[in-house]
Amino acid sequence: MKNPTRVERKSERELVVSRIFDGSPRLVFDAWTRPELFKRWWVPKSAPISLLSCEMDVRAGGTYRLKFGFDSQTMEFFGKYLEVTPCSRLVWTNDEGGEDAAVITTVTFEERDGKTLLTMHDLHPSKEALDAAIASGSTDGTPESWDQLDELVASLPQ
Amino acid sequence: MVQYWRAPLDTSFAALSDSTRRGVLLQLGRADASITDLAEKFQMTLTGMRKHVGVLERAGLVTTEKVGRVRTCRLGPRRLEDETAWVERYRQLWAARFDALDEIIQELKRKERVN
Repeated sequence: MKNPTRVERKSERELVVSRIFDGSPRLVFDAWTRPELFKRWWVPKSAPISLLSCEMDVRAGGTYRLKFGFDSQTMEFFGKYLEVTPCSRLVWTNDEGGEDAAVITTVTFEERDGKTLLTMHDLHPSKEALDAAIASGSTDGTPESWDQLDELVASLPQ
Repeated sequence: MVQYWRAPLDTSFAALSDSTRRGVLLQLGRADASITDLAEKFQMTLTGMRKHVGVLERAGLVTTEKVGRVRTCRLGPRRLEDETAWVERYRQLWAARFDALDEIIQELKRKERVN
């Protein structure tokens, strides 16, 4: 029986995803911070995109860069780790949308009876920034790929 | 790292982030109501309720019509289900990712036991 994944809109700037994992916070943290493990779950198997490269310098001030391939296009997502507390907390910026649209992601790993409660929290800089990103559909100048990814996400297994 | 699914996110989301506004939509789903009715129901001032209705109206979630001295509110052309659908799609993406993550955690646990 799979544990449920919860999504909740906390405010006009915040979105929260959470789930319980049957493993210690150390193992779950490893899977988020070791590229060879991260690569194996971030892109679901059913998705027709691939993670071409994944560089992560997991320490405060370190950067990350993910390169995805979809058809003949590639997309890069990058940012900086603001906070790294082993087995407990990760905070990073999502800088691909530009400075004004930088989203801050906080992931916490909490021990619950030998299991881990994972919570991922996205904070947008302002309501206006979120509205603008939404209205433009994309801030990276490749709306076509966003449309395709939209379809991709919609086609994910139920 | 988490940006690429955001395209379908709709501007009306912001309008839905407030509990009073969600309550107003639920209320209007049952029956049309005047601003005065809504203000009483949610124990707010008329000015406060007008602001909330204004936000919902700009998002296309509510329409209003003034007849005489009474402004009547009803659900707008943009349906609430669109938002729900977006959240559900987003949840499905994460559930798929997390199922794969689950497998890796189990694998790491097995390895740990062996060592």
